[in-house]
Amino acid sequence: MLSLVDSGSGTVVGRAEGEDIVLDVHTSGSGPALVLLHGAEGREANDAFIAALAERFTVIAPSHPGFGLSPRPDWCDSVEDLAYLYLEWLERQDWHDTMLVGLQFGGWVAAEMAVRDCSRLGRLTLVDPVGIKVGGREDRDISDVFAISRSELDARHYADPAAGPGDLSQASRDDVLHIARNEEALALYGWEPYLHNPRLQRWLHRIHVPTLVTWGAQDGVVSPDYGRAYADAIPGARFELVGEAGHRAQIEQPDTLAKLIAEHSA
Amino acid sequence: MQYWHFSETAYPYLPPEETINSIRVTLPNGVIDPDVAMRLWDRYLAEWQIADECGINVMINEHHSTATCMDPAAPIIAGTLGRLTTNARILILGNPVANRKDPVRVAEEMALVDLLSHGRLEVGFVRGVPYEVSAVNSKPVQMSERMWEAIELIQKAWTTHDGPFNWEGRFFQQRHVNIWPRPYQQPNPPVWVTAMSPGSAARVADNNYVIASFLTGYEGTRKVFQAYRDRMAETGRPAPADDRFAYAALTYTGETDEEGLEGARKLMWYVKANKVPFEFVQPPGYTPYFARAAGLRGERSAYDFKSLSLEDLIEEGIVFAGSPSTVRGQIEKFYEKVGGFGHLLLMGQAGFLEHDETVKGIRTFAEQVKPALDGLYSPQSVTV
Repeated sequence: MLSLVDSGSGTVVGRAEGEDIVLDVHTSGSGPALVLLHGAEGREANDAFIAALAERFTVIAPSHPGFGLSPRPDWCDSVEDLAYLYLEWLERQDWHDTMLVGLQFGGWVAAEMAVRDCSRLGRLTLVDPVGIKVGGREDRDISDVFAISRSELDARHYADPAAGPGDLSQASRDDVLHIARNEEALALYGWEPYLHNPRLQRWLHRIHVPTLVTWGAQDGVVSPDYGRAYADAIPGARFELVGEAGHRAQIEQPDTLAKLIAEHSA
Repeated sequence: MQYWHFSETAYPYLPPEETINSIRVTLPNGVIDPDVAMRLWDRYLAEWQIADECGINVMINEHHSTATCMDPAAPIIAGTLGRLTTNARILILGNPVANRKDPVRVAEEMALVDLLSHGRLEVGFVRGVPYEVSAVNSKPVQMSERMWEAIELIQKAWTTHDGPFNWEGRFFQQRHVNIWPRPYQQPNPPVWVTAMSPGSAARVADNNYVIASFLTGYEGTRKVFQAYRDRMAETGRPAPADDRFAYAALTYTGETDEEGLEGARKLMWYVKANKVPFEFVQPPGYTPYFARAAGLRGERSAYDFKSLSLEDLIEEGIVFAGSPSTVRGQIEKFYEKVGGFGHLLLMGQAGFLEHDETVKGIRTFAEQVKPALDGLYSPQSVTV
């Protein structure tokens, strides 16, 4: 089992149902504040990307409740809960003009935050986000990551499948525990409706901070066309395709993405 | 001891195993010849009727999108058996209530079947096997919590007779629960809940429900039953009678050991034909993440019987097979090892075990095993 953080080792980010919400939060670098919301890969898998961002930003990277080493209060079981939790955190910290970056599942969380309240945000970047429904009822916009083999998962998540965790019987025990815990959390928050909120798309026009939507050109989980539709729904959003990258573009092209985000912040 | 004939009502005529990825969830139903399916159903129903004639109870279950079980709607078959059988108790084990969107509908179905069968229904509740979550789009996380909220809602629906009540729970919301009809048995039909691990037993014990364990062998079953007994003791209640404990084993009784083993070899289809990829066997959240992590690393699941031989399975108490005296001895040994139990669920048909063979197994058990066991373990009433 993993040793989760507690009130001694973790960071109190908010309070609900009479208890503090404690998360594993990693802060690195210096410069303007950038809050990074990870996807199903978990924060630990994004070290190279975080290091690249930390050259220009103070990167504040929480693990969502139920992911990584963050405990999950029993009541916390929806993306809406996560959105309110992080909005409350921004308010408590009295952060302004925050650069909010959401990766895949974390992009969904970031979009849910932004449609509710942009007042603490300076700019928004979404990297291959999920969260909306674009196609018809018989179109599967988002591959069913719970119903495919590990090798197909790697092939869909990465332009070069070798960038993925590969054969898990050869992976470290800790890495596999993280994968298992993160996938459980993803199922909890995103099983049904599958990795989207049917109501989100109609409110994306409420996002009124400059927004960059980037997409891995070889994303096999959600297509670039879905990404274009996402960007089209956000007023003034810019869409950028990132070459030689799959769904988890930040893992395969950390420097390119960090550079795009730096330009977006300028 | 009460005995229950169980068939999972498979459609066994499948393409070669190496040509399919999974027997569950993704196998196209175009494989089914409707005429063959219809005749199989005639046959399976007839086998339950024969069990009834032999003084054996009947048990059915429900699965979805799988060749291993052609019954995706247990209440329909239970209602059918309510009219086709005369004396047998009819056990549904069970209603997969963590996967049913509407528990009130389940309460209604059970009340109706109880009336149709003149009060012979026993209502089992199960969480549902992991393969089902994709087939029915049911979240594999919080399943136990959903199952128990559903059971509590159903129990209240059965036993409330003064008009509608309100239910706004975590998983289920209703404002006017007032089922018509109500069950025949009062205050409600007997309830069973399955438990495959000791951690699941306490809540079953708290409700005084029958606890049922499937193919868990001597050791696994003993631990589950002991957890139930411990919970009763901890909460200051009397030691539970044998009729609170049920066990399901693959069982075939022949005239000789050889014939019994031959029948059991055919029953092995149930464990050997279960080709299912990891993503459907261990969806995230169905087991604790650290248990799933072990599976992801390639460790064998406790319920993966594929690598075990018939002899191994007999040795572990998962299969009872042989001549009448051999089977009797295996059941007596099981009874001793698990600290007693009162219901034996006889999985007596699977795969290519043909009708005549199935019937012979049922009859041989009923005529040559049951009478001897009745002398040891009283065939007590199963009514709670």
